Amino acid sequence: MTDIAAGRLPPDLLAANFSDAHPPLNPHEAVVEASRCYFCYDAPCMEACPTGIDIPGFIKKIGTGNLRGSALKILEQNIFGGSCARVCPTEILCEGACVRMAEEERPVRIGALQRRATDWLMDNDPTPFHRAPATGKRVAVVGGGPAGIACAHRLALKGHDVTVFEARPKSGGLNEYGIAAYKLPDDFAQRELDFILSVGGITIENGQALGRDLDIHTLQRAFDAVFLGIGLSGVRALALEGETLAGVRNAVDFIAELRQTGDKGTLPVGRRVVVIGGGNTAIDAATQARRLGAEDVTIVYRRGASEMSATGDEQDWAQTNGVRIRHWATPHRLLGSAGHVTGVEFMRTKADATGRAMPTGETFTLDADMVLKAVGQVFVADPLHSNGGLALGVEDGRIAVDAERRTSLPKVFAGGDCVAGADLTVSAVQDGKLAAEAIHRQLMG
Amino acid sequence: MADLRTNFAGIRSPNPFWLASAPPTDKEYNVVRAFEAGWGGVVWKTLGEDPPIVNVSSRYGAVGWGGQRIAGFNNIELITDRPLQVNLDEIRRVKRNWPDRAVVVSIMVPCTEDAWKKILPQVEDTGCDGIELNFGCPHGMSERNMGAAVGQVPEYVQMVAAWCKHYSKLPVIVKLTPNITDILKPARAALAGGADAVSLINTVMSITAVNLDLMAPEPTVDGQGSHGGYCGPAVKPIALRMVGDIARDPEMHNLPISGIGGVSTWRDAAEFIALGAGNVQVCTAAMHRGFRIVEDMIDGLSNWMDSKGYAAIADFQGRAVKNYVHWGDLNLNFKTIAQIDQDKCIKCGLCHIACEDTSHQSIAALRVDGKRRYEVIEEECVGCNLCAHVCPVENCITMVPQPATKPKLVWANHPNNPSYVPEAAE
Repeated sequence: MTDIAAGRLPPDLLAANFSDAHPPLNPHEAVVEASRCYFCYDAPCMEACPTGIDIPGFIKKIGTGNLRGSALKILEQNIFGGSCARVCPTEILCEGACVRMAEEERPVRIGALQRRATDWLMDNDPTPFHRAPATGKRVAVVGGGPAGIACAHRLALKGHDVTVFEARPKSGGLNEYGIAAYKLPDDFAQRELDFILSVGGITIENGQALGRDLDIHTLQRAFDAVFLGIGLSGVRALALEGETLAGVRNAVDFIAELRQTGDKGTLPVGRRVVVIGGGNTAIDAATQARRLGAEDVTIVYRRGASEMSATGDEQDWAQTNGVRIRHWATPHRLLGSAGHVTGVEFMRTKADATGRAMPTGETFTLDADMVLKAVGQVFVADPLHSNGGLALGVEDGRIAVDAERRTSLPKVFAGGDCVAGADLTVSAVQDGKLAAEAIHRQLMG
Repeated sequence: MADLRTNFAGIRSPNPFWLASAPPTDKEYNVVRAFEAGWGGVVWKTLGEDPPIVNVSSRYGAVGWGGQRIAGFNNIELITDRPLQVNLDEIRRVKRNWPDRAVVVSIMVPCTEDAWKKILPQVEDTGCDGIELNFGCPHGMSERNMGAAVGQVPEYVQMVAAWCKHYSKLPVIVKLTPNITDILKPARAALAGGADAVSLINTVMSITAVNLDLMAPEPTVDGQGSHGGYCGPAVKPIALRMVGDIARDPEMHNLPISGIGGVSTWRDAAEFIALGAGNVQVCTAAMHRGFRIVEDMIDGLSNWMDSKGYAAIADFQGRAVKNYVHWGDLNLNFKTIAQIDQDKCIKCGLCHIACEDTSHQSIAALRVDGKRRYEVIEEECVGCNLCAHVCPVENCITMVPQPATKPKLVWANHPNNPSYVPEAAE
């Protein structure tokens, strides 16, 4: 018998499980933590931040009680400073580079401090932005995720009018649909979006998908410039027998549904859950399944711990939550009964000379009521080619851009997960920011 | 186990740690708790004439630093606000119950002979070990011509000290105010008046902060503030200097000094004693963390003395005095140069930016294979110590004395000194 059910945990426990995983620093804690920052010259943390936030600068301001100045210093480089403070893998970025790592392996809690400053600003000065005089220029942004909104915000600041076309009913992209609920609780993604949009000059049109409702060719003619921040719309399949069995889902869909459901007690989850993959999506799916009440959750990854794209901290987090991680095994066959998944047969792997996982022929089976696939998302190029098939250059399966995030088409820029590079919110924001600067130069040049 | 017993101006105590005259020594209850914790002595909070003074509500201000509380502290409290007889009865009882501890009584009455003549026998009658004359309180009482108003006039210091020696057989300690240009003047006056010892420093006139919402100095009393007496770790350097000045003064040779000002640890105490103090008095550190701090003061001082081979306090008391010299006695041919331990360096760059912006441009910021590296440019280094002070890593930057290539040269003999006269060639 397969066992998938909702309401495995009492409401108070569910509420606790999906509340803030890392509560904010209180004002005194923040000052004490800020005092740990050495205010380095040529600070390594700044260099490690994809958006180049002046980290010692904003931390110093927390220490002096200048929280407004601190937050604005963050936001001038990264308008999503609030969500990045919560979701950035700081251990491999700023905090990993903190000089205190060399000294004592205990970095300044830069993410938590960034949250302190940005939370303060959102609570105390919800409309801090001032636009330059109107330029009369109009820019289309396709995709209302971090890349698109960051681009739109900067363009709006500079006096341009921006229309954002977003396929989904809500904007925010992965911040709204793709991040574990306990990382961005209390509707933070929408609150931050409202805060960012308070700058004015940005119109959002939801339910507008490229390739269905829009095409680049038309946008190019109707607007002075176009920014594409369309993310990765495809999900990689296992391409195995049994993949269509009930109970087998894409992890991203599971996460999105979880994010969009207010009452977590209504969400069905298996008693035994197997998650296939080694990235942060696998971690978020597995941990949230546990926190919904799944008894037995196992992540299976075809290579070792150090090859997982999920960071060490994320792996630790999953394990602390009672998720088991099994390495060096690849799914071979999905087992089912009466149209429903009952387990997964895995084949053990081992590294070949180049480090790739090679099947050994030896198998084992894990019982499962639910299987979540998290083996990667892929860029889908089709929408770019609607209405005449424009020749947009592609590189490594994604849109090719130069250092200024300019595509091969005139007036068309791109950034975020749909271009090559790290698939991080903070990198997407940087893309949007750089593209906005380049668009501005082009429009005003 | 080192012998920590002291005999300060004839007053014996089991260790050199006394509580200074202040709120912690205002009542029998507090003092008994202090003795139970191990303090060697107390100076009872200053007694005055009846009727007692009245204190304000809201009395302390503090200066924090980077989230740390009470780097500096000030108060606008006055002397005891309890009737004289209540204090005298308690002092008598405490001394009787704790005969091995030092009980010194601080006194402040108006600057008339009759006032002192009246109170001194009453105090002596308690059986206390000595008296301390409060010539230092810089707020409130000084507006009534007492406290620092006396301490700032050497003639008054001498006069009152002489009255006390005349009307009392007890050892007389004169507590000095730092709110004066030359500490030697009141100290010499105390000695001339017959004082058996001096204690210093009393608190420094101060405003700890301005409350920017109330637009008033802190601590605020009903929207206004007064200057108060500053103390705590922040004043230790000021106190050390004044103690050192008196200790090295030939006229005051052997005058016992009770060191006060920011003493928070055994190390602070050792520094005061090395600079000539016979014991120390503590207040702010106890007010911050309670009387139990004395346990580590005793234990730490004892362990340090053992490690240095000092069997008794006298073995190191005043050892640093001979090395506390005037600037003109310093060797201008001495040279020290910064050295960075690259294995300890965490690449914060603080040494570079401090030297580059504010000193001698003698630390280079390099990138070697993309990695940060900070190197001393020895030809440019003047040996100022700034980099070693800003470096957050202990012993990463050390100042290395260079081998002497020339004999000692002091300013008096330096060719650049306009008053220097070269010796005539033979």
